[in-house]
Amino acid sequence: MTESVSNPIVRMAKVNKHFGSLHVLKDIDLQVKPGEVVVVIGASGSGKSTLIRCINGLEEFQEGHIEVDGNELLPDGRSSKALQRIRTEVGMVFQQFNLFPHLSVLDNVTLAPMKVRGWNRADAVKTGERLLDRVGISDQAIKYPSQLSGGQQQRVALARALAMEPRLMLFDEPTSALDPEMIGEVLDAMRELAREGMTMIIVTHEMGFAREVADRVIFIHQGQILEEAPPADLFDNPRHERTQSFLSRVLKH
Amino acid sequence: MEVTFQFDWAAAFRSIPHLLPGIPWTLLISFGGLAIGFFIGIFFGLLRISPIRWLRWPAILYIEVFRGTPILVQVLFIFYGLPQLLGGPINALTAGIAAIAINSGAYISEVVRGGVQSIERGQREAGLSLGLSRSQAFRYIIWPQAFRRMIPPLGNQGIISIKDTSLFSVIGVGELVRQGQIYIATTFTALEVYFMVALMYLAITWSLSIALRLLERKGLVGQ
Repeated sequence: MTESVSNPIVRMAKVNKHFGSLHVLKDIDLQVKPGEVVVVIGASGSGKSTLIRCINGLEEFQEGHIEVDGNELLPDGRSSKALQRIRTEVGMVFQQFNLFPHLSVLDNVTLAPMKVRGWNRADAVKTGERLLDRVGISDQAIKYPSQLSGGQQQRVALARALAMEPRLMLFDEPTSALDPEMIGEVLDAMRELAREGMTMIIVTHEMGFAREVADRVIFIHQGQILEEAPPADLFDNPRHERTQSFLSRVLKH
Repeated sequence: MEVTFQFDWAAAFRSIPHLLPGIPWTLLISFGGLAIGFFIGIFFGLLRISPIRWLRWPAILYIEVFRGTPILVQVLFIFYGLPQLLGGPINALTAGIAAIAINSGAYISEVVRGGVQSIERGQREAGLSLGLSRSQAFRYIIWPQAFRRMIPPLGNQGIISIKDTSLFSVIGVGELVRQGQIYIATTFTALEVYFMVALMYLAITWSLSIALRLLERKGLVGQ
C-alpha cells in the first residue's frame, strides 16, 4: 500500500470474518482511491463476494476496520447510522439482478431517490429516464422486469444503482447469470462507467474485461489477498504459485 | 313396507324467504371476524418472524393454541365460559365474530409468515443496498410481493371461516343454519331445507372464489 497521496474512498484494515468455524476473510487490507477500478478474482468460495458485501454491510465482519468515504463500519454490525450513510453513497449490482418484479422498470429506478433522497417524482423520473437512456433501455421504461432479457435486466439494475448518484459502485459477478450473448452489453455499460471516472470494485470471472478495464487486480485465495498488481503484471507475471495455477485454469479455454 | 320419499321442490322454494334473513348474519360474522383476523394475522405473523427471540415466542404460543383447538370449543368458551370471568353476558354475535377473528387470525399468521419468507433474500438486499431502511425495504419491496402470494391462501381461509360460522347455530346466532333449524322445526322438511342452506353457502363461497380470481389476475401483472 504505497499510494497514500489521495485519500482512499475505501479503507479496509485487518478485516476478519468468521462463519461458524469457517474463517471466511483473513486479515484483509485494502485501499481504493477515488476513480480507481479494482477487479477481484479468485476461485468460487474464496471469499471475494463476501469481501465486497462487507463494504456495504450486507455481511458483518468480526474484527478490523472498514471505512467508506469517511464513515466507519464497526464489527458485528454495530454501526447503523454510518451504515445507512454508506449505503446511500455505495451502489451495488448483483449476480441475480434482484430487480423489484412488482415495479415497472422506471419505478425500479426512481424508488430509492424518492424514498431515500426525498426527491419529488418529476425529478426522479427525469433522472431515471436519462439513466435508462444511457444504458440503452429507455424504450422499455413502462415494462416490468420479467418482460426483459437478462442483459436488459442487468442494465436496469445498473441504472437503478446509479440513480442514487453513488460515489462507489460494487459489482458482484454481474455477468455470471447471463447467457453468453448478453454478457457484452453489460460489460460495455460498465466499461463506459469506468471511462467516466466511477470508482468501481468488481468481482468477475471475465478476465479479458479485467485486463482491459482494471487499474489493479486482486487475487484472493481462501479468504486471503495473495497478490495484487496492475492487470498486465498480474496476468502475465503472476508471482504467487496459487495465482499461476488459478490463471492457468481460467485462461486455458 | 314401501317408502317413497320424493324431493319436494315446492317445499324447497317455500323455505327460501325463511332462510334469507340468515345470510346477513352469516356474512356479518364471517367477514367481520375475517377483517379483524386479518389484522391479528399480520401482527402475529410478523412477530413470528421477528429477529428478536422473545417477540417470536408469544406469536408461536398464540398460533399453536388457537390453531390447535376446535373453533366450536373456542366459541363455546367465549359465549358460555368468559361471562363467568367477566361477570356479565356476551351477546352471541360478538362471540361469533370474536371466535372467527381469533381462529382465522392464527391461520392467517402462518399465511403472512409464509408469504414474507417466500420473498428471495436478494430483494431485501437490493433495497438495503440502495439506502432504504429496513422498514422501507419491507414496506415498498417485500410486503407488496408477499401480499400477492398470500391471496390464494387467504381466499382459502376466507372460505373455511364462512363455513365455520355454521357451527355458531349452537349459541343461537340467527345465521343460515339456525334459520334452517327453526323453519324445519315447524315444517319437518329437513331434506329440502338443508339442501337450500347448502346452496346458499355455495353461492357465498363461490362468489368469493370468483372475486379472488379476478383480484389475483389483476395482481399478477408483471410477475
